[in-house]
Amino acid sequence: MIQIPIYLDNNSTTKCDPRVFEAMTPFFLEDFGNAASKSHAFGWKAEEAVDYAREQIAKIIGANSKEIIITSGATESNNLALKGVYEMYAAKGNHFITVSTEHKAVLDACKHLEKLGAEVSYLPVGEDGLIKVEQIQAAIKPNTVLVSVMYANNELGVIQPIREIAALCREHGVLFHTDATQAVGKIPVDVMADQIDLLSFTAHKMYGPKGVGALYVRRKNPRVKVTAQIDGGGHERGMRSGTLNVPGIVGFGKACEIAMQEMESEAARLRVLRDKLENALLEMEESYLNGHKEHRLPHTTNISFKYVEGEGLMMGIKDVAVSSGSACTSASLEPSYVLKNLGLDDELAHSSIRFGLGRFTTEEEIDFTIKCVTDAVNKLRDMSPLWEMFKEGIDLKSIEWSEH
Amino acid sequence: MAYSEKVIDHYTNPRNIGTLDKASAQVGTGLVGAPECGDVMRLQIQVSDSGVIEDAKFKTFGCGSAIASSSLATEWLKGKTVDQALAIDNMEIVEELALPPVKIHCSVLAEDAIKAAINDYRVKNGMEPLELEKSHH
Repeated sequence: MIQIPIYLDNNSTTKCDPRVFEAMTPFFLEDFGNAASKSHAFGWKAEEAVDYAREQIAKIIGANSKEIIITSGATESNNLALKGVYEMYAAKGNHFITVSTEHKAVLDACKHLEKLGAEVSYLPVGEDGLIKVEQIQAAIKPNTVLVSVMYANNELGVIQPIREIAALCREHGVLFHTDATQAVGKIPVDVMADQIDLLSFTAHKMYGPKGVGALYVRRKNPRVKVTAQIDGGGHERGMRSGTLNVPGIVGFGKACEIAMQEMESEAARLRVLRDKLENALLEMEESYLNGHKEHRLPHTTNISFKYVEGEGLMMGIKDVAVSSGSACTSASLEPSYVLKNLGLDDELAHSSIRFGLGRFTTEEEIDFTIKCVTDAVNKLRDMSPLWEMFKEGIDLKSIEWSEH
Repeated sequence: MAYSEKVIDHYTNPRNIGTLDKASAQVGTGLVGAPECGDVMRLQIQVSDSGVIEDAKFKTFGCGSAIASSSLATEWLKGKTVDQALAIDNMEIVEELALPPVKIHCSVLAEDAIKAAINDYRVKNGMEPLELEKSHH
């Protein structure tokens, strides 16, 4: 028996795993102490729990627990990494390199730094959504301080060539940051093997609670430092002040522990379900996969259904919770900049749906989704003037559309 | 965004989807919007010799509110004279469907489609096209 609505928006956020929730509960009621209170048992207990969780959090990315700065989430981690490096290394240079399909937390932090005097190169991606190492190489200059490239893209799920880019950065003495929000807990990420200097991630994308994340800051070879963006009591080795969110951190730790144990089998299971969904939907006429087919997260697929508008489609599949690249889902009336950066026509960008499977997704739900989406696409195409023109062999580009 | 019941009703059971013979002199066709903006409406009217709209059909590429606006427009057009049809204002559609501010452009598009269809009919029948006030975008 499936429960409606079905949740297939796991790239937005995930349900908290009941095991995570259970681990957190004592820290709201009995063990509510402040981890910074050194003078009594309440504080000691909280500190002990945070220390243990920090080990769990570090372990999932192959880091040392001393290299984990707890934040409120990946947006804050990205801001701290970019702004903190800019300030800390101002004497060394002011040039940053990033990619046009990054999350807004990176792009807008870069825009902010540009106003302060930074020079930022926003590199384009190929039509598969991937950046090439050679592009980074060509963009590095003597004043380049940092390269920031996301591990896996939130809209497409495509995985960037992180290890190659990081190696290149190391070779040039440039720091490398990655927003690994979508990757950690889903695919193996190892800051040592990958030679990553700074890495942002968050709990709520991996079945942990919202409101807690981390920034990995390398301590050795090289020792990396960031200037604090939030001043106060000097928590987190002075890099991020603020009373620690003990229950959140405990939940984050537990989520990391579970993800490490279950990642491999979960990824294999979700890949089968994702492929089943994707193959069935791509069997429909004029439907297209967005992003590279191989270098991709196992649980994500992004498909454009040409001649059908994304928000209209979402309304038709209201029993399935997904995201669309359609303009109508935002107030901006602009379709997804990520899809536009792949060189997609606006109309294809407007027609895209992202499906994000997760730990709690079942095969029955996927079967239901296939039927639901197929029916809705067919229904909407029957009422789409563009579909009728396409069927009559009319080239839509030959029509003079009224601007509005 | 939550849709109003009326939008959901028109979306689920759209009235008057279809195509009229655009070559016929009795038929006026209006095609407005643009694929890259995420909405395109095609609205057609069939006008009797006495100037009454006997039939109206639409096809729309767009969000639920765009589909509902055009569906509603065809319902309102049937039985009206061309002059009465010209008087339909987008704000009446907004009101009827309880469209939120971010969806007002859907109603504007429907009004534009009505006027474009009427003009197509007028030109086909040897009348001057009406000067339309440039739409509100």
